[in-house]
Amino acid sequence: MKIPRGKVVAIMGGSGCGKTTLLRCIGGQLRPTGGRVRLEQHQVCEMSHNDLYRLRRKMGVLFQFGALFTDMSVFDNVAFPLREHTALSEEMIRDLVLMKLEAVGLRGANKLMPGELSGGMARRVALARAVALDPMLVMYDEPFAGLDPIALGVIGQLIRKLNDALGATSIMVTHDVQESLLIVDYIYFVSNGKIVAEGTPEQIRASDDPFVHQFVHAEVEGPVHFDYPAPTARQEFLGEHAHG
Amino acid sequence: MNRTVLDLWVGFFVALGLAAVMFLALKVGNLSSAHLSETYTLQAKFDNIGGLKVRGPVKSAGVVVGRIVDIKFDPVSYEAVVSMDIDGRYRFPKDTFASIYTAGLLGEQFVGFEVGGEEKMLKPGDVISKTQSAVVLEKLISQFLFSKAAEGQDSK
Amino acid sequence: MSMRMGNVAGFLRKLGHAAVERVWRLGFAARFLLAILAYSGTAFRRLHLTIREVYFSGVLSLLIIMVSGLFVGMVLGLQGYETLQRFGSTEALGVMVALSLTRELGPVVAGLLFASRAGSSVTAEIGLMKVTEQLKAMDMMAVNPIARVVAPRFWGGVVSMPLLAALFSAMGVLGGWLVGVVFIGVDDGAFWSQMQAGVDFRFDIVNGIIKSFVFGIAVSLIAVFEGYDSVPTAEGVSRAITRTVVTSALTILALDFVLTSFMFRGTS
Repeated sequence: MKIPRGKVVAIMGGSGCGKTTLLRCIGGQLRPTGGRVRLEQHQVCEMSHNDLYRLRRKMGVLFQFGALFTDMSVFDNVAFPLREHTALSEEMIRDLVLMKLEAVGLRGANKLMPGELSGGMARRVALARAVALDPMLVMYDEPFAGLDPIALGVIGQLIRKLNDALGATSIMVTHDVQESLLIVDYIYFVSNGKIVAEGTPEQIRASDDPFVHQFVHAEVEGPVHFDYPAPTARQEFLGEHAHG
Repeated sequence: MNRTVLDLWVGFFVALGLAAVMFLALKVGNLSSAHLSETYTLQAKFDNIGGLKVRGPVKSAGVVVGRIVDIKFDPVSYEAVVSMDIDGRYRFPKDTFASIYTAGLLGEQFVGFEVGGEEKMLKPGDVISKTQSAVVLEKLISQFLFSKAAEGQDSK
Repeated sequence: MSMRMGNVAGFLRKLGHAAVERVWRLGFAARFLLAILAYSGTAFRRLHLTIREVYFSGVLSLLIIMVSGLFVGMVLGLQGYETLQRFGSTEALGVMVALSLTRELGPVVAGLLFASRAGSSVTAEIGLMKVTEQLKAMDMMAVNPIARVVAPRFWGGVVSMPLLAALFSAMGVLGGWLVGVVFIGVDDGAFWSQMQAGVDFRFDIVNGIIKSFVFGIAVSLIAVFEGYDSVPTAEGVSRAITRTVVTSALTILALDFVLTSFMFRGTS
């Protein structure tokens, strides 16, 4: 899988196909049993703890459902990476935090606690936190999960705009096809730990690959089966009677 | 939670805890002045120390003047060597008698000092020469039985 | 017949597996302690993090510790009087109450209460942070969660425990005095003088403080470890909290036996 600089790339697939695991490998939280991850010139899988930490300061991650620190306010959450990794004064940090919140449209909510936010708002605050240090790589784990249509659109637009404004590279793990097709530059389809298809949004929409087709058009039956593997219906329902 | 209020509470908590430790040390335990003033060491040798224990008191005229800090066995003279820390305020003459008494009938044992009339005082590190060993109950009983038997013999 | 043998074999296998699991976890916990000590620099350089945890573990446990101490002391006074009266030695009530508290009940009961109140709270906190991926998020932001979240809570517990045990003992002595002298009528002078004669600072009080310090380390380690190692589901966190309280209780009692046999071996 190749992810070029400055682009927004989506990794899609059904549940349990390994896309979140892939994201964890890129971030160095998991060590793969096979294959390698290379970020710029760094071999992520072989890095020492300290080197990995230094690399992570250039990454931003948006976790599913936000993963905001519940004992801190919105402001403190976004200020967290700034306070931990920079020696900036509190005034500068205040300006930076409010600017990041302004970018996601939540500057007025900076004094609220995470428990007081709606799902969409929490996701946006987490986004502001992920880009607090102006990272070169931003990773999104299911950014659209559980959001209403308006919030969906908002997050999608923010992902695109922030990527272009920061000059960063974005990797998105999702299974929200329609929204993704609107904002990404390239898509990879993953199934059972393998890349089964890839292409630009136009290529994907026009594709006649059965897997892609099933996914994009939300078909019930296709390469991904509806039924969980089981003995045939005849064996299940009639077989027992024959014995009993 | 406001940071300064938090610090206040933690400071209060630590102060309260230390006050409790102080209370226990001073009012409940025996960290009294005797331990804080200077002490000097004297030694005494006994044939039999009975049930004397380390940390037992050293008394003179019934008042605690020191503590037993060490009990050892001298393999040359086959005697017990008792080391005592005595309160620096009190000096005792060279002919002091050190005896082992029992508090009450069956209480804990302690060392008692009886002073003589000598003018020269014991110096730190000195060994008390005049000692009286503990009364061992078994010996007392066997003595009693022996003398009773002897009486019976005589009267025959 | 063969079915019952199968059951026994299965049971033994599960027992062996559980025993191995316990030993494995013990080693894991030991390595975790080393990691905490290695990363404790942040907890001390940014002292307000640790102070915050002393507040949540110690200050918020003050009420339960002091009230329990008072009640335990009062019960000791009552029961002690009842028993000593039979031997005509009621003036020894002070010594009895004080020694029971400073040597044993202070460290042990305060430790058990601390594990239930503060230990379970710490486990819950860390466990919930794990469920909501806050620890992973922190790790991805290049902030070591052991240094920032675990170590301050560990040291907060270690600092709080001896102070709470001392407070428990102090309140207990006051409770015993209240019942013995004020309510029942034991002589006030005899109560305190016999106590001061019978309780040695180095031997009884300091040993009690050492015990509470050791218990503090054990309970704090168990609490943070169970939280950090919990299964990241609601059920997992709930089970971790239960394990904290139970394991802490058993560990305190076992350590108490070990320490007591070393410390109070007989005064000669």
